[in-house]
Order: sequence, then structure tokens, then C-alpha cells
Amino acid sequence: MTDILDVSIEEELCTQVRAVAANGGEIEIIGGGSKRFYGESIEALPIDVSGHSGIIDYDPAELVITLRGGCKLAEVEALLAQNRQMFGFEPPCFGEDATIGGMVATGLAGPRRAWAGSIRDFVLGVKLLDGRGQVLQFGGRVIKNVAGFDVSRLMVGALGTLGIILEVSIRVIPLSETELTIGYEHASADEHIRWINELGREPFPITASLWHDGRSLLRLSGSEQGVSQAAAQLGGDAIETDWSQVKEQRLEFFDSGLPLSRISLPPASPDMLPAESQLIEWGGAQRWCRGEIDVDALRERVGVVGGNLCAFRRHADGVPMFHPLPAAMLKLQRNIKSSFDPAAVFNSGRIYPGL
Amino acid sequence: MSQTRRQQLAARFREFLPGESVIDQPTSLAAYECDGLSAYRQKPLLVLLPQDTAQVQQIMRLCHEQRLPVVSRGAGTSLSGGALPHAEGVVLSLAKMNRILQVDELSRSAVVEPGVRNLAISEAVQSKGLYYAPDPSSQIACSIGGNVAENAGGVHCLKYGLTLHNILALKVVGADGELFEIDQRCLHRDGYDLMPLLVGSEGMLGIVVEVTVKLLPIPRCARVVMGVFDSIEAAGNSVAAIIAEGIIPAGVEMMDNPAIRAAEDFVHANYPVEAEAILICELDGTEEEVVAQIELVEQVLNKGGAVETRLAKDEAERLLFWSGRKAAFPAVGRISPDYYCIDGTIPRKALAAVLTGVRELSEHYGLPVANVFHAGDGNLHPLILYDANNEGELEKTEELGSKILQLCIHHGGTITGEHGVGIEKIGEMCIQFSDSERNQFHALRECFDPLKILNPGKAIPTLARCAEHNAMHVHDGKLPFPELERF
Repeated sequence: MTDILDVSIEEELCTQVRAVAANGGEIEIIGGGSKRFYGESIEALPIDVSGHSGIIDYDPAELVITLRGGCKLAEVEALLAQNRQMFGFEPPCFGEDATIGGMVATGLAGPRRAWAGSIRDFVLGVKLLDGRGQVLQFGGRVIKNVAGFDVSRLMVGALGTLGIILEVSIRVIPLSETELTIGYEHASADEHIRWINELGREPFPITASLWHDGRSLLRLSGSEQGVSQAAAQLGGDAIETDWSQVKEQRLEFFDSGLPLSRISLPPASPDMLPAESQLIEWGGAQRWCRGEIDVDALRERVGVVGGNLCAFRRHADGVPMFHPLPAAMLKLQRNIKSSFDPAAVFNSGRIYPGL
Repeated sequence: MSQTRRQQLAARFREFLPGESVIDQPTSLAAYECDGLSAYRQKPLLVLLPQDTAQVQQIMRLCHEQRLPVVSRGAGTSLSGGALPHAEGVVLSLAKMNRILQVDELSRSAVVEPGVRNLAISEAVQSKGLYYAPDPSSQIACSIGGNVAENAGGVHCLKYGLTLHNILALKVVGADGELFEIDQRCLHRDGYDLMPLLVGSEGMLGIVVEVTVKLLPIPRCARVVMGVFDSIEAAGNSVAAIIAEGIIPAGVEMMDNPAIRAAEDFVHANYPVEAEAILICELDGTEEEVVAQIELVEQVLNKGGAVETRLAKDEAERLLFWSGRKAAFPAVGRISPDYYCIDGTIPRKALAAVLTGVRELSEHYGLPVANVFHAGDGNLHPLILYDANNEGELEKTEELGSKILQLCIHHGGTITGEHGVGIEKIGEMCIQFSDSERNQFHALRECFDPLKILNPGKAIPTLARCAEHNAMHVHDGKLPFPELERF
């Protein structure tokens, strides 16, 4: 399946970038704007890349889709669903205008992440417009490819600081035949964390987990036989659950008007947050914290055990959104940025100063 | 480089390494002069065998100061010459760093040193019901550090992913001797994700000194069905049809007639020697799931034109079905004095076209080709049969190999799916990537290694080298893909 593509848009973008770069200007890349909150605010000329849309190639039997960065995520997901396929990382939209380019640039994934993998795990190739106004292609449309450094996956989570994602090829997975959510009472976060990690030692078809307010939810996905057999073994009560509410953060927990922090930890790490304000996903690896916290102090505590803290939404001005990097690592990453974008044209400062 | 220089440097390294960890005798150095691609050989200046991270750091500081090229080496099973020594540099063998440091059952991970063999990880955790999923064919010998350097695959990577997908953290000694970590045990990290850059970087961005691997629960049940076909095309289409049913098999392998015959003669797996192609399809999961899916796969194979399907009736027969496929390379080695293995990957839909093209090229060059194929993920392994003792036959073979890779690129594929570029496919890198793309690779490399001492001359060709390579192809009279910018 292929769309009729307007080839002039890519040329226009190249011209625009070269012109801004030539004048020493800076660009903020804007797709659908749905995830603009994710990253530091910057002063730069906004360039709307959402017009650069269209399906380059989609053959369901190849399990790969190649898209232009401006494609609407919701439309692509609908197309995949028609073919009984999906993105394995269950990306959130956070708004109907969300684009594929923004999905890749933010690298945000949904409930299935801990079991199916991250966006980075599924990206196979990119076509990139770099800071010199050059079009570069890395990776490809095949699942195995070790020719050259794996630059395409580096774009995931780079927040557009390395260039404009013109096209991307992504592996897709079949939709599960069936899904079932079961619930359990777990009074404490630690009880949940222990339980969900113990479960991981058995080959159960788990595809999502959640703990909040003394209650654990576990989603099973797969064949009818596999799911019903696992459910019989696991016990618990079947509970009708709309996981898109979790993915899109539409639950009341997320929508309280209070600051929201994302704490990433090795999944089996013991609890370190106040219970009433916590929601745990990803088998214990992603823990959301609602309310006012001492960001620096908590960053230090989670850093010790190999974790990190993102001041995700509604934090006070001046609180850096992302977890600070060691100085040598920040220097390395700034050098990497310069190698793609020597004049710092794209999204500079969205992640860290100079990045 | 003179023997004096060799001895001077050996003395410097012996200041902090035990005597036996510095090899400088030409007879002992000979053991390191090649890896699995034995057509290329080079003795290094020295071989160093550090025992821990601190020693690796000391070695790198001295190499950095002396601007000595460093080729890191695991078990030396690379098929692309990735560990081929540099005449004026050292080989840094991680073979002595072979301890499993920690197994964490609850978080299903293990921390291992780079010299640990791939299979040794699964063996060490088997009693806990866990295993490490990537299973390259050389898994009995190859080391995890080498797997990281090459982003090794295996027959089960369609379902379980490559090395990249099964690594949680790396400790790396940089070109300047400083240690850095990439820790993704927590599944998200702010800033750039350097893991995909490091994994598959062929020893050019740092020396991996510690690897945290993901462990998976061993599937309860695995069963294999074989489809026998009288046309390669029908076999290829059946792979697509299985996937269209929403099934992701644990592995799908295809062999063509010459490969079937060679394997059957060797291991007597009761393969159908008249068949044009066989598919070996493995499904794993719970008993109930596997029974249901295998039935569906058999239906798909029959509908897709299989002349016969065979279901392995027990574990012994499952292993027998696999034995022929796993022994395909040595089996081909028995029927030909030499063989040359290609590693191109293509979109599955291009299979029939590419195999037809390979057959035509094989006839044109007068060299037989047997095909084994990781059909699920599009990774072809054509094996060119030749005799290196015949004048000019190796050169002819390399030329045919290069033509096959160009065919893969032409059909939207890549020159290497899992064996790496190394020294072997460095010329083809000039065809797959443009000057500006290769410049970007060089720029990235310089972020990690400004002096370019890590594995110089491998994986990413210089512009000069590409100019030379492409000139050679112009001389051939048939410049491939003239639309690409080159010089």
C-alpha cells in the first residue's frame, strides 16, 4: 500500500532549513503539537512539518510500515488495525493531531512497553534532514541490518535535536487474538512489585500491568487458548478495562492539576514514593508520582539505584524536565548533536542546555 | 614495525600486566592472525589479555598515549574479519574476562563479563527456568562481547529479537581509557539512547567490559513442522502467509535443493532430497497455544502448495529436523573444498526475484551456490562453492559475492544482516551509503574516538577507499546504481 506523495514538500523543507542555517537561525520542529510539553521550552522559529505526510510503503506480510514523519498517528493506527496489526510499543497520542515524527522523536511508549519493547526496538530505518540541509538515510526496511552504525534508532527520544525525521520504517506486530484483564488486591506498592516480578519468571502472556490505590491490574494477550489457560492458573477477577485510558493518561490520577513526575527504575527496585500519590506501570519500571516533591532530592535517591526522574507535567518553572547526565556523558552527547547539526539549528536546548 | 618496537611496547604493558597477559612471540601471535574469515590474515604487534576492567583501562590509556591501533577480540568467530589484527597495533583479547558476575532471578537479568560464551549464559541459568534468547549458530563458542559488537542474531530472532533487544546495560571503556555506562535496566533514560550505537559498532566506539543481559522464561513447549515444496517461490509465499495469519513463529528457516542434499548427506535428517525447498517452522509457547498454532501453520503450508508437511512427533525428531539446518555450513564444506558465505538481507517479498538473480549470477560465474535462509526475517545466506587452489577462483568468488550483495541492495535490502561489515564488506559499504552518510558515520566515530585508534580500517570505508572501490567497478564496465553520488 502506497500513497500518492507530494515530492515538493521535502524539497521545500530542505530549502527552509538551509536558509535558516545560513542566517544563523534556530528552528523548533513542530508536528501535531500534542507532545510539545515534553521537553524544555525554547525560543526558535517554529516550522510545521506535519504537511510532510503519506504512506511510503505498507505490506502487512512484511510486518513493516514506512511512513513520512507528518502522518497522523491515529490514522496510521487505524490502518494497522484494519490489517489486524499494531505498534507493539502502544504509543500514546495525547491529542488527535499527534504525528509519527513526534512519536519517534519523543520515544514515549504505552502499557505494552515492558513486554513488547520500546519504539527504538521497532525502528528499522530513517530518512533524516540534518542541520546542513542534507538528506541522509540510515537503516532500511528489513528486520536485520548491521551495515554501519545504527543511526536510525538514535533518533528515538532525541526530541528532534539531530534533525527532521522525514521518513521512518517501523516494524509492526500482529494484533492479539484476545485480551483479558484480571485484578488483584495488593495493599502496598512493594507487594505489587514483588508479585509482578515473580510472575515474569513464568512464560505468561502478560502485556500490561498497573498498580494504584491498593489494586493491581494485569493484562493478558495472545491466543484464546494461551490467555484462558494463563487466567485459570493465575486466578483473580476478570475486570473490564480500557487500557487506552492508561496509555492516554485520561485516568483521574493523571488529570488532577498537580505536578506529575515519571520515575524510571529497574523494575524490581523497592518502593520509594508516598503510596497515595503513586501509579505503577511496566512491571515496576515506570512509576508515576502525583503532587509536590523535592525533585533534586528524589533525583539523587533514584539515581543511586540506576533510575531517573522526569518532571513530566506541571512542575514549577526552573525545574529541569530531564534527569541530569554525568558531565562526561553530556559532553559526548553534545558532540553527537554537533556531528548532525553543527550550527545547532534544530530544537537546541529541548533536552539539556546545548542539546 | 621492528622487533625492537614490539619489545619496547611489550615492556611498557608488562609494567601493569602479568607477564603471560602480554604475547609478543611471533609463534604465539600467529594464533590471533585471523578470525572466522580466514582468507584474511595479519599478525599484530602484540596480543594483550587483561583480566579485569582496571587493566583494560590501563591498556587503553597507554594505547591512547602511543596512538596504537586497538582491535578488540572475543572468541574470534567473526565471519567478516572484524577481529582481523592491525599490523601496527595490538589485539585486545577479552578471553580472560569470562566470569558470570551476578544472576538476578527476580529482575530476570545477568551481569557478565564480555568473554563469557553465549551458550554459557543459558546453561548457567537453566536450572532457574530462564535462558538468554539470541542464539547465533556459533553460540557454543562465540562470546557475548562479540555478540554486542556485531549485534548478533540467530534462528529465533524473528520472535525474540537481536542482541540489541536483549541487552539491558553496558559498561564500556572508551578510547581514552575512561569508563562510561549505558544503563537501561529502568526501560527509560533521558538524553540520547546510545545503546543502538554501541551495539553493532564492531569495536569502533569502545571496549565493552561488562554486559547486563535480559533473561527470559524458557517456553513450556516447542514444536516443529516441515513443509516440503517443489518451488522456492511457493515456499517463500508460505512464509508471508503464515505471518498474515497473525502468527510470529519462533523461527522459520528455508533451504534450497543443493543445501538440502548437502545437509542430508551429512547428518541423515531424513530430508526430502528431491524437494526444491523446505521450510522448517518452529512454534513455542504454552502447550495449548502451540498445538492450535501448529495446526494452523500446517493448513497454511498445504494451501500454499506444500507437497508434504511433516510434524516432528517428539523432541528427538524436532532436534533431528533442526540438525540438518544447523549443520548446513559444515555440510556444504564437505562437498566443496571451500565455500564463501554471504549475509544479505532483503524484504521477504523480493525473495523469488533475488533467488532467481542469484541463480543467474551463479551460472554466469560458473560457481555453484547453495542457499540457506532465515526466511522469517529475510536474511539470506547464499554459500558460494569454490576451490581456492584454482588460480583466480577466490577473486571470482568475491566478485560474485559482491554482485549478490548489490542485488540485495537493489531490492531494498542490506549487505549484512548479522555478520557485520568488518573488512570483508567494506567495499559494498560504498554502494549502500552515500558520501554524506559515510561522513556522518565517521563524525560519530570521532565523538567517541577522536584519534581513531579503535579498530581502524574496518566497517566504515574512507572516501578514498570508496573512490578506489568504485573505480574498480567502473573498470568492470557496469557501474551499479549510477544515480548515487560518489566522489
